[in-house]
Amino acid sequence: MSPFYSPLNRRELLSMGIAWAGVGASDAWAATPKDTLVLAQALDDMITLDPAESFEISTGEIMGNTYDRLLRVDPSNPANLVGDLARSWSVSTEGRIFRFDLKPQLRFASGNPLDAEDVVFSLHRAVLLDKSPAFILAQLGLKKDSVRQRVLQTGPLSLSIEIDRDLAPSLVYNCLTANVASVVDRRLLLSKESNADLGHGWLRTHYAGSGPLKILQWRANELVALERNDNHHSSKAPLARVIVRHVKESTTQRLLLQKGDIDVARNLSPQDLDAVRTNPELKLASARRGELMYLAMNQRNPNLAKAEVREALKWLIDYDVIGQTLVRNIAEVHQTFLPAGVLGSSAQRPYRLDVAKARALLAQAGLSQGFKLTIDMRTVQPYQAITEALQQSLRQVGIALEVMPSDGKQALIRYRARQHDLYLGSWGMDYWDPHTNADAFARNLDNSDAAATKSLAWRNGWQVPEFSRRVEAAVMERDASRRTRLYQDLQGDFLRVSPFAILFQLVEVAAMRAHVEGLLIGPTSESTHLFNVRKR
Amino acid sequence: MSASAESPSEPVAVTGWWSTLRSATGLLLALCLTYLGLLGATFFIGRVIPIDPALAVAGDRAPEHVLQRVRQELGLDQPLWTQFSQYVAQVLRGDLGSSILTSNPVLQDLLATFPATVELATAGIIVGVGLGVPLGVWAAIHHGRWPDHLARLLGLVGHSIPIFWLGLMGLLLFYAQLGWVSGPGRLDVSHEFSVPRMSGMLLLDTAWAGQWEAFRNAFSHLVLPAGLLGFYSMAYISRMTRSFMLNELSKEYILTARAKGLAESRVVWWHALRNAAVPLLTVVAMSYAALLEGSVLTETVFSWPGLGLYITNSLQNGDMNAVLGGTLLVGSVFIALNLLSDVLYRLLDPRTRAP
Repeated sequence: MSPFYSPLNRRELLSMGIAWAGVGASDAWAATPKDTLVLAQALDDMITLDPAESFEISTGEIMGNTYDRLLRVDPSNPANLVGDLARSWSVSTEGRIFRFDLKPQLRFASGNPLDAEDVVFSLHRAVLLDKSPAFILAQLGLKKDSVRQRVLQTGPLSLSIEIDRDLAPSLVYNCLTANVASVVDRRLLLSKESNADLGHGWLRTHYAGSGPLKILQWRANELVALERNDNHHSSKAPLARVIVRHVKESTTQRLLLQKGDIDVARNLSPQDLDAVRTNPELKLASARRGELMYLAMNQRNPNLAKAEVREALKWLIDYDVIGQTLVRNIAEVHQTFLPAGVLGSSAQRPYRLDVAKARALLAQAGLSQGFKLTIDMRTVQPYQAITEALQQSLRQVGIALEVMPSDGKQALIRYRARQHDLYLGSWGMDYWDPHTNADAFARNLDNSDAAATKSLAWRNGWQVPEFSRRVEAAVMERDASRRTRLYQDLQGDFLRVSPFAILFQLVEVAAMRAHVEGLLIGPTSESTHLFNVRKR
Repeated sequence: MSASAESPSEPVAVTGWWSTLRSATGLLLALCLTYLGLLGATFFIGRVIPIDPALAVAGDRAPEHVLQRVRQELGLDQPLWTQFSQYVAQVLRGDLGSSILTSNPVLQDLLATFPATVELATAGIIVGVGLGVPLGVWAAIHHGRWPDHLARLLGLVGHSIPIFWLGLMGLLLFYAQLGWVSGPGRLDVSHEFSVPRMSGMLLLDTAWAGQWEAFRNAFSHLVLPAGLLGFYSMAYISRMTRSFMLNELSKEYILTARAKGLAESRVVWWHALRNAAVPLLTVVAMSYAALLEGSVLTETVFSWPGLGLYITNSLQNGDMNAVLGGTLLVGSVFIALNLLSDVLYRLLDPRTRAP
């Protein structure tokens, strides 16, 4: 699942040539229907429509527009929350019991009434099905054997959630904004149940929600059709339909956009975005999203295990030049593990390309003669180009970098098995709370091969009891400003000693026809809103 | 078999009956072995490449216990032979299993993607034969002169330019610049939901429903990718036609025909081409079969939701049910077209008929 545009790499040079040639293409306007928003997007990562199972980027966006949940991230200020189905919410004084009151007279798209029983059923169901994203709820203490006692209906429109240990209330609320906490239509699903699967088999290809848009049809690798949900509690979508067409190629997306056969293109390459910028009929909307690109150094390699070598590598990356060329328009330089916009994020940026400093550090480590390393690289852009840039700067200090190219999934398998030296990857936040990244990058208490939790720190063999304790302390801190400070301090220390060089924060960009208004790109996939779009 | 054929009083007929049965059984056995070999090879190659299907289902972020459970659900914890024999048994019951990527039964996916490919491939082969055969004949008649060189140049171009690049160039020129054809995809959005999907082949479906505007739209979407595929098969077909024709034109019966004073056009198009058509048939059938496999690159550039993309995407994610189902389908297409060309061969060439 690449967050990037994916040209067929071996043809890349050719398509870059075409991108240039295409600047002069005529822009005769072939209108899409007036009441329909048409998007082109790479949808090949979609494998299920069940919000309790889906964990993919493009599905996340569809779920965000079609399912309601108790709370949402405020897209205009991602550190804030707004009530979605919940009218009010509160936490008990000892901090373990969270109460929610629902808005009155809610209905699902099916017409069924939506009350507290549906919300409770949905949370039970997500935990009991125990699919990939269920851990987001499990970390609050909502597990298979206990969820029925911990999530309770307390009235027709009220419910309570009891967590099993002291946790920052912001974490609990933030987890409830995730897609896995979407509210599903209990009556509809139970009528479709088979083998006590809570309707999962049916919902994988159908829809049972209450969001501003409803899913009409999903044709795998072809399109997703959404329609206005007239039963929605607050916003009536101005447009009757949204159609997302699966278009993989960036250049193809741009041609469709220029001709007006689509309204919005979602996966344009830096080159194609340049072409959009110069076209007065088109415009861009963008937002920094909760995803980082990083270079990981496996501590099982004795050279990489030396603190001086880790730091030297961080001085050998030309952040600015890569940012202005290879990932221009689609990423910004960012060096800490919390993306901008999330609670506790930090703008520290100490590293830049400094070959002399790196050389001195390597001499301290006794490696001034240089040494050999391998890097596992996915054969898609911009990973390939960044790897080549890295190869060049490492050569200046005598490090011979051997590239191990592979399809994304194979590189990932080697990474997960700790077989790499260096790995260039990306990491998206699982839910909009600092704990998800702190937990991934800075916590690893069991470094054995059989560890139950295999965080990014584990994948790089980085055993860090002290950092792990600080991650625990931060997630339990109930005071939001103290919690912010804990994360900022943690990131400062992490920046210097960790085996991770964080490089960029990705920017989600949508290119669209000038007549499209109200398309809101959010920091998480579920907060990108298509339902408020109008066409002039 | 007729009743009289079963009667013991006619020993010749019995021998005929037996030999038919024996050859039918032989054919059936050969078919079964072909399918089994096809499945076996695909299955084991698919399992040898380092891909973890559980990772495709559960995602990179899934906790370890979820991954383990998914592996169990997919049967990946079983020995390979057990997995394979279970799959074959399931196929024999008529169940191709479900795709892990689309959540649908594989059969349903194939029924959705294959018609798109059939439509494209058929249009492509019509273009390929329609242009390739006359071009090959023309080149053969003018052997060694400029029409021959031109035909060979076209063949060379068709053989060496990457289809991906030519596809994008075609889109740029005929779609973006000139606006002669519609862009990527099979239909404009405005027609997308109004056409009843019966055969899945949009030209047929729109014509059947009498939606002529949608028909025109589907046609204008089809022209460019079909023309492109047609160009590539034309390159091959014209080359083969040329060489078959050269072979025929050098034979004595042609000399005789010319000596008899037959018009040259009749000699070429009636006598020579009819004989060249026999080996050409196999070439056309195999070109068609190759197009029916689906062309991944063409389907990618033109966002054409066909079989090639489906199988490739499934293979990249280790979605073996989908890959095997697709392989069975492609294998059947090859076998069917082979059989068909055998039958046509007999019709066209009297010498291959039994006395």
